[in-house]
Amino acid sequence: MSDTIRLGDIAHARSGDKGNHANIGVIAWTAVGAEYIGRVLTEQRVAEFFLPLRPRGVERFPMPGIHAWNFLLYDALGGGASRSLRIDTQGKTLALAILEMRIPRPSNLDEMRFASEDLVAARPQG
Amino acid sequence: MRWLHYPDAVRASRIDLPHEIMKTIRIGNGAGFWGDNLDAPRKLAESGQIDYLTLEYLAELTMSILAHLRSRDPNAGYVSDVPTVIASCAPALKAQPGLKIVTNGGGMNPSACAKRCAEVLREAGLSECRIAAVSGDDLLPRIDELMAAGETFENFDTGAAFGETRPKIVSANAYLGAEGIVRALQGDARIIVTGRVADASLTVGPVLHEFGSGFDNLSLLSAATVAGHLIECGAQATGGMYAPWTTAIPLANVGYPIAEICEDGSLTVTKPSGSDGLVSTATVAEQLIYEIGDPEHYLTPDLDADFSQITLTQDGPNRVRVANASGHPAPPRLKVSMAYQDGWMINGMLTVCGPNATANARAAGRMILDRVAAAGYQLARTNIECLGAGDSMPGVRLPGPGSEPWEVVLRVTAHDPRREALDRLAREFAPLVTSGPPGVTGYATARPEPRRVLAYWPTTIDRRHVPPQVVVRTAQEWLA
Repeated sequence: MSDTIRLGDIAHARSGDKGNHANIGVIAWTAVGAEYIGRVLTEQRVAEFFLPLRPRGVERFPMPGIHAWNFLLYDALGGGASRSLRIDTQGKTLALAILEMRIPRPSNLDEMRFASEDLVAARPQG
Repeated sequence: MRWLHYPDAVRASRIDLPHEIMKTIRIGNGAGFWGDNLDAPRKLAESGQIDYLTLEYLAELTMSILAHLRSRDPNAGYVSDVPTVIASCAPALKAQPGLKIVTNGGGMNPSACAKRCAEVLREAGLSECRIAAVSGDDLLPRIDELMAAGETFENFDTGAAFGETRPKIVSANAYLGAEGIVRALQGDARIIVTGRVADASLTVGPVLHEFGSGFDNLSLLSAATVAGHLIECGAQATGGMYAPWTTAIPLANVGYPIAEICEDGSLTVTKPSGSDGLVSTATVAEQLIYEIGDPEHYLTPDLDADFSQITLTQDGPNRVRVANASGHPAPPRLKVSMAYQDGWMINGMLTVCGPNATANARAAGRMILDRVAAAGYQLARTNIECLGAGDSMPGVRLPGPGSEPWEVVLRVTAHDPRREALDRLAREFAPLVTSGPPGVTGYATARPEPRRVLAYWPTTIDRRHVPPQVVVRTAQEWLA
């Protein structure tokens, strides 16, 4: 058994742009997972992971009601939607990238996986 | 916060109830940007499950594109999808006399857009339909006057002074709030076409109007603001872009989002019956966090909203309850989005196949830039990407292909003050098919064209300088 897991094993995410800044919302599947992510996914760790994109800084904000942490990556988009020379001018793929980050395997991993199959499966129409 | 629960029978028939006992309004958003799916608004309107259809078309730089169009044609400068969509919704407008449409697709020219919508509605037999144009956001003709009144327009991201940028400005628009929409609705408008009204305000306006509330009702304003934020990007709330997506969630006929907002500030997000997609606490959470900064201060012209304590609860299939939004009165200054001319940009692509595709593509990219340099042009900013080799996230450690990819797409991008330098670059892609590495193909598109860079200058203005202007007329009157 690997001693690390993918962040994507216990969370999902969405990212986008605010001018030349990017935000990445990391949403844990469970409250236990959110608490664990709060310990391992520090501003420093996120800044190191995305270092090649040269963010000026990273700031983290809690959203406990949805088990989430919002990361702001300042000046990480190479000029933003109007001036960036990159294919992903708006940082839309940062979410999928951060979910590939390896983090230490928690002993209580089972308490962090999907709370319910309903969260990913298509449900009957209402 | 108190929840109102309706028996299903009442919920299903709510559209037929008279206004006095209507406890909920239902607002569906059928467009998240200019270019979004053209059938989505009609499908929402025809669902019979909404009272208001909103259409959000304005990204940060859309206004500058519209300003450019208007500078070439005084009758242009609005989102051309608007009249097309209004025409597609005309049968629903006839069948549902209470249905109203609110859009910021008026862009740089709400009255021209209103006139065009009037033509479309008259053709559909809706000459008496009342159409509002909401403007007042365009600051470009007023910059000198506003600077004389003490506005300095420094860049709020960088703190840079306005002086050097001032002569290069091509558009300047304040973000208006819901006030103009409320006034239009009070004037019995059914179709409301605005300029740069903030995304969430398209939802806030109908909510305040329907419940007769003012901007001091912070709990209702909070619910309406988060509702507007959740639906403003269309299908991003209903399964689109969802990170854990699999083919188990069909999206071809994805339902666009509907916010059901009660007078007491309770809010449910859903989508039309029978549509594809998914409304779950997870899809809604992703949209809640999309493009926000500090969740305690989601600033709109209407409210300093606090999203930090919001909770989501699954309330049946494809229904999610949203609770615990709060907020403080809006700050005295409004956001202003300006665009300034910043030279030219171009990108071109070639497909490179074979062994060593990635290395060969990179070499081909350098050849292009070397040939441009040899022609006398040192380009200001350039980038070479090999798509397929991990360059969408250059340098970040991600699981890549197991072996060297057989083919990659070479993408070369450049930004320079001189259009002629980029015209020269445009010529250097095709010759690589015969004079570059082996395996170069895919030059199936036309030679790339340089495009104007309209760069973004975010700033602020005292809201007292920007009163909304509202004109409401029947379609017939717009065309008189």
